Amino acid sequence: MSDAANLAGLADTLFTLTILAYSLATIAFAAELAFASSAQRKVLVATEGSEFPQARTGFSARAGMVAIGITLLGWVLHGTILLLRGLAAQRIPLGNMFELATAVTFVGVAGFLYLVIRTPRLRGIGLFVTLPVSVGMVLTGLFLYAESGPLVAALRSGWLVVHVTTVSIGFGAFLTSGIVSGLFLVRSRFEEAGGSSAEVSSRVAHRLPNAETLDRAAHRLVVFGFPVFTFAVIAGAVWAESAWGRFWGWDPKETWAFIAWIVYAAYLHARATAGWKGSAAAWINVGGLVVMLFNLLYVNLVSSGLHSYAGIN
Amino acid sequence: MTTRSAAPYLALDDAEEGEPRPASQPGRPPWRARVVRGARGWWRWLTSMPTALMLLFLLALAAVPGSLLPQRPLSQTAVAQYFADNPRLAPVLDRFGLFDVFAAPWFAAIYLLLFLSLIGCLVPRTLGHVRSLRAAPPRAPSRLSRLPRHADLSTDLGAEQALDVAEEELRVARYRVLRKDGAISAEKGLFKETGNIVFHLALLALLISLAVGKLWGYEGSVLVQEGQGFCNTFQQYDTYSAGPLIDGADLSPLCVDLEDFQARYEPDLTPASFTGDITYNRTLGGPDEQATIGINSPLRVDGTRLYLTGRGFAPIFSVRLPDGTELTDLSAPFLPTDSGTMLSEGVLKLPDLGAGRDQLAVEGVFLPTAADVGGGLLTSVDPRPLDPAVAIVVYAGSVGLDSGIPQNVFTLDQGRIGRGQLERVGAANLRPGDSLDLPDGTSITFTGFKEFAALQVSRDPSQLAVLISALAMLAGLLTTLLVRRRRVFVRPGDRVLEIGGLAQGGSAEPAEFARVVTGIRTALAAAWPTDRREH
Repeated sequence: MSDAANLAGLADTLFTLTILAYSLATIAFAAELAFASSAQRKVLVATEGSEFPQARTGFSARAGMVAIGITLLGWVLHGTILLLRGLAAQRIPLGNMFELATAVTFVGVAGFLYLVIRTPRLRGIGLFVTLPVSVGMVLTGLFLYAESGPLVAALRSGWLVVHVTTVSIGFGAFLTSGIVSGLFLVRSRFEEAGGSSAEVSSRVAHRLPNAETLDRAAHRLVVFGFPVFTFAVIAGAVWAESAWGRFWGWDPKETWAFIAWIVYAAYLHARATAGWKGSAAAWINVGGLVVMLFNLLYVNLVSSGLHSYAGIN
Repeated sequence: MTTRSAAPYLALDDAEEGEPRPASQPGRPPWRARVVRGARGWWRWLTSMPTALMLLFLLALAAVPGSLLPQRPLSQTAVAQYFADNPRLAPVLDRFGLFDVFAAPWFAAIYLLLFLSLIGCLVPRTLGHVRSLRAAPPRAPSRLSRLPRHADLSTDLGAEQALDVAEEELRVARYRVLRKDGAISAEKGLFKETGNIVFHLALLALLISLAVGKLWGYEGSVLVQEGQGFCNTFQQYDTYSAGPLIDGADLSPLCVDLEDFQARYEPDLTPASFTGDITYNRTLGGPDEQATIGINSPLRVDGTRLYLTGRGFAPIFSVRLPDGTELTDLSAPFLPTDSGTMLSEGVLKLPDLGAGRDQLAVEGVFLPTAADVGGGLLTSVDPRPLDPAVAIVVYAGSVGLDSGIPQNVFTLDQGRIGRGQLERVGAANLRPGDSLDLPDGTSITFTGFKEFAALQVSRDPSQLAVLISALAMLAGLLTTLLVRRRRVFVRPGDRVLEIGGLAQGGSAEPAEFARVVTGIRTALAAAWPTDRREH
């Protein structure tokens, strides 16, 4: 067995281990939420001033710290998958949809870890990051898996690194931002109802960080992701000019990138407009994520265009 | 009307509220005033942020059918197929321009409205920003404790001394400082708005550059077999599209010959590279120059670009007529239907076989590496021409090239077969050298193949302007998103220094204000002479 095949095989094993780590983190985050004692609920509902870690004590807090630790471990494994696949194929590990999806979730988790470092009380959203990431990675492994291999001729360009790396980074930031905006919608409805309601969603909501924190976190990630994504689209256009003979041709992928760009521009504007800031802006951000996911899955797998590099037969 | 109310929507990252509308004057105004008022109201509506947001969404929504329905500029064939599959729906969709969305009038209407809205917002906002860049920071409000951020620092320094310390501290932190009437106003981050305006101006420049490119640009495609060539004139292209303001005389005099075409593959048959060795000259009668073009590496000559966009095989046939006439080296490009195995389909039309003689059409598939899948059926198992073969059906009759109706060169008009204008006269699988004898004594021999390349010549005079506009947008965007605009006010009280902070957008970082306060506190402590501290 060649070195390349060994590395690729190791990457596959790490992929499984990463999913395992994120799944364990999901369980630990769930335990943190479930065992936050009801005596403390009032504190949690309360103001910006109440720091999240202090609001949870004993078993719950320990579960939360363990969850963050396992997430961090999973994230390191996650990065190693990409590293090994790059080494195995002697190229940037962003040559097919499997690698792209792996990179996007990697950046998404990085965005979450960054938020937690900046604002520790955002640890409370961990369940809603590691759960979709675990499920997403399982689906990636099941439906998008592609052997590590050489690139087709069209992808052999220095622009691949620039374009696809920045797309993954922007997308990853949007991914976590969209999740946070979704949680903002749940939480703000809960807060508007006066912080007390018997619904199941409110039992989750009262354990979430407050709406203002969530809104700011979502915005911060888009403020980071939007210029990166803008750059990615520009780099893609420069590449398309030398690969396909025009910098923009309304290929389905380009069209959906245009739509996504408009939606995120609308989000940034809406968040600064009276009557739109808050829930309306958050819905736009969630819509932006839906557009990004649609662009990844539908355009690559269903429609036929120049961007069909899925590597799936 | 003030700039604030005219232009609330440029703010990417900061909240601004429009001013309340002026109360309408009593009495009925004359018609002219009413028209002016109506126009003003409409203008205010168009340039308001919610309208711009709606237009943005409309634009995003309008782009959707452009990706879900086949589009003429991308694939005429796909559109024709859609018409065949949906004969009742397609004409209706076509009336709304849904098969060429990005050139449809309603699509243009949306983005032109959006840009009108943007201009209406941008002009007053730019003027306002230029004024505020020149103006001093606004005077301190009377009650600093009402500001979002507020701190009181106790000090024994005199009022003027304490203000000196605070002023020095704020200047070091690069605030613009105004000291007036015993108070300090300081401001920072005006570049946020500059970036904002640059972003939107660059967006306008981008649109104008795109329009210029559409008006004066052109693009032509041609299939060229090894050993053949073409010149940059519209007549020689298989397909071309050109802006309305360009005519044939404007095309640069470029002539190209394809000397050799090469396709290389990885061991697992992943295509590694396609290259074409070409000879070209850039002026009439000019010297020949050599170049190699390939995927991702076009030839650029004085703003005209030559691309290798595709490749394929052209089987070669020779035909011996019953009277012994031999026609050799007859070939037509066959288009690959499967890029993995290069299984290719096409037709060789032979309309000129002599007076009174039936025309022939050789329709079939070309298989670079043929494999028998049983029952005489061939398929291709490798994209490289290792064991080529053709599977052909020959028709005799009238192929219809002289009917005056434009024909697809790659397919046979199936209607002519149905109507009996073409009759099937033979079929065979041929390896190089094999012949098919027709009932009338004509013999068709498969003699080999040539490779062809799909070449494209493009020119877009505004391409660089588009890139520069896009980069300016990015620079403006980064500036406006990274720079934070804030104001700090300082006023001395009784043995106390009152500090108030205000950041645009409401999402101010408390940390930033805390840093300023800490800085001033430390400076105040340092300025308090040690001997007086010691009693």
